[in-house]
Amino acid sequence: MFGTTFILALRSIRRHLLRSFLTTLGIVIGVAAVVAMVTLGKATTSAVQQQIAALGTNVLQIRPGQGFGRGGGGPRPPDFKPEDVTAIEQQVAGVTAVAPQASTAATAIYEGANWSTTIQGTTNAVFTVQPWPLAQGRTWTVPEEQAGKAVCIIGNTVRQNLFRGGDAVGRRMRIGDISCDVIGVLTARGQAGFGGDQDDTVVMPIKAVQRRFTGSRDIRLMLVGVDQAYSTTAVQASISDLLRERRNITGTKQDDFNIFDTKQISDTLTGTTTLLTRIVAAVAAISLVVGGIGIMNIMLVSVTERTREIGIRLAIGAVANEVLMQFLVEAVVLSMLGGLIGLVLAQLVIAGATPLMQVPWTFDPTINMVAFAIAAAIGVVFGYFPARRAAGLNPIDALRHE
Amino acid sequence: MTDPIISLRAVTKVYGSGPTAFQALKGVDLDIAAGDFVAVMGPSGSGKSTTMNILGCLDVPSAGTFLFRRHHVETLDRDQRALLRRKYLGFVFQGFNLLSRTSALENVELPLLYRGDDRKRRREAGMAALDKVGLADWWDHTPAELSGGQQQRVAIARAIVTRPDVLLADEPTGNLDSERSIEIMELLTDLNRESGITVLMVTHEPEMAAFAHTVVHFKDGLVERVDTNHRMGQEVS
Repeated sequence: MFGTTFILALRSIRRHLLRSFLTTLGIVIGVAAVVAMVTLGKATTSAVQQQIAALGTNVLQIRPGQGFGRGGGGPRPPDFKPEDVTAIEQQVAGVTAVAPQASTAATAIYEGANWSTTIQGTTNAVFTVQPWPLAQGRTWTVPEEQAGKAVCIIGNTVRQNLFRGGDAVGRRMRIGDISCDVIGVLTARGQAGFGGDQDDTVVMPIKAVQRRFTGSRDIRLMLVGVDQAYSTTAVQASISDLLRERRNITGTKQDDFNIFDTKQISDTLTGTTTLLTRIVAAVAAISLVVGGIGIMNIMLVSVTERTREIGIRLAIGAVANEVLMQFLVEAVVLSMLGGLIGLVLAQLVIAGATPLMQVPWTFDPTINMVAFAIAAAIGVVFGYFPARRAAGLNPIDALRHE
Repeated sequence: MTDPIISLRAVTKVYGSGPTAFQALKGVDLDIAAGDFVAVMGPSGSGKSTTMNILGCLDVPSAGTFLFRRHHVETLDRDQRALLRRKYLGFVFQGFNLLSRTSALENVELPLLYRGDDRKRRREAGMAALDKVGLADWWDHTPAELSGGQQQRVAIARAIVTRPDVLLADEPTGNLDSERSIEIMELLTDLNRESGITVLMVTHEPEMAAFAHTVVHFKDGLVERVDTNHRMGQEVS
């Protein structure tokens, strides 16, 4: 019996292609909206998480000044000194390593090609604090670091532009006024979420940068690795106390430095994007319900319009259940077709939007299946009432219907 | 009439209830023999349509008995009567009542679909029925592409595709000109004679009733008289 009703439903849909298409439009848009929104939302969340993970989990970033921006007036707070790095390393429990950073802009030159980039001076500790493995070559040795030798580890963008993607390790390039040996290449990390290309960089021992470029012992940023066993909040508090003491900030005076907990940022941003995803998905889900009401509306109109057809079917011997099933199957097939078209449309939207939003393309089978199942369920729920009305018609009255 | 296929006894039909009740049938007795060609005549309101609805198992009498192939139809429920229609009855309507935007063949196949016949059998039986009404070459045309006479022939093909015992025709020529009407009547006569289908036909045109063997006249909810048409009768017997 199901085979019969299925054929009848398909024939009826085929007979009214335009009407069938308009009927399903609500479901198409609803499913496409839900799937696209949830998928893009999740992609955004995971992109944010990845970018933060690249900064290292359990990492504290310490900068002079309050917040990211420079405060209004007043003197600029002093940068950190190498002694601060040593003090934090030795006096704060739970700190695995502290990587100081001093950076400056410079132009790198190799065989006629030149490229403006950023030089980051740091210590070997940066490679334990941040998950940033080398693609080729090596990091510098302790003697090289202590001597401030001109050795460079270059990012992928620099390698692409200066060495045309070719072998860089072992070459000697010019950077600013000095020449340095390329000893390693960093793995590509891609676009950063907070602006700029993370791979457009040259990493050198901090002493080399301080001596040859900045001309001071100033440190603009400290990356502090925290032992997994310790709470970052507690370590953050200890560091804050230590730095206040070292920078002579007493009583209720505000800190002239700030400590960022990447984990905290990660949690906050993830929470925000997840919440936004849910809100947008809820709005999209409403359109799915509206689509279901559209199906019910058209099916009711269709039952009235096809009263005589129903009469013919009943007269030639269709039992009530067969008429019910025909209309129900018709509604379900329509909503499932709408669901399928919606899924395809969603993939197109996702494929179009991911490059614009700079998030990775993802396919989430769960949300696709859930949205499709909801579409089918909507067909059953909103198709039942019109179907029951059709099945309950009196054949004599139905045949007389004009 | 030793073994009537249809037998009505003291059949009444009342619409509504209380003081507004309307008695459409006031005790109809009628026997129809298998293989007969019956024309049902009478002015509107005489009860002929009500009787046809009951004979077509579309409606049930308020009182009395309706024996069809030894089934007490008055005791059957909606779905049981539907199954009876599916198996033994074919319907032809005044307004053709074909499904629009549907090919002649698909229209004819429709009753077979409800019987659960497979695609191949539906196609064969459908084409055979269309062939019988002379429209085999028009199988893929939709009703809009067919003339009124052709549409009615498709409707007849749909009614006979299940090889029913009884064909009920409600003013089958009501929407056709006289030339087409005679073609349809000749077709019904052929089906009655060659396939032995019992034909029950409502008409108000004496010319059409002349094709029948038996003419039943209704008046005021009762069978007024039953005539036997000798011209046809001689040919049948």
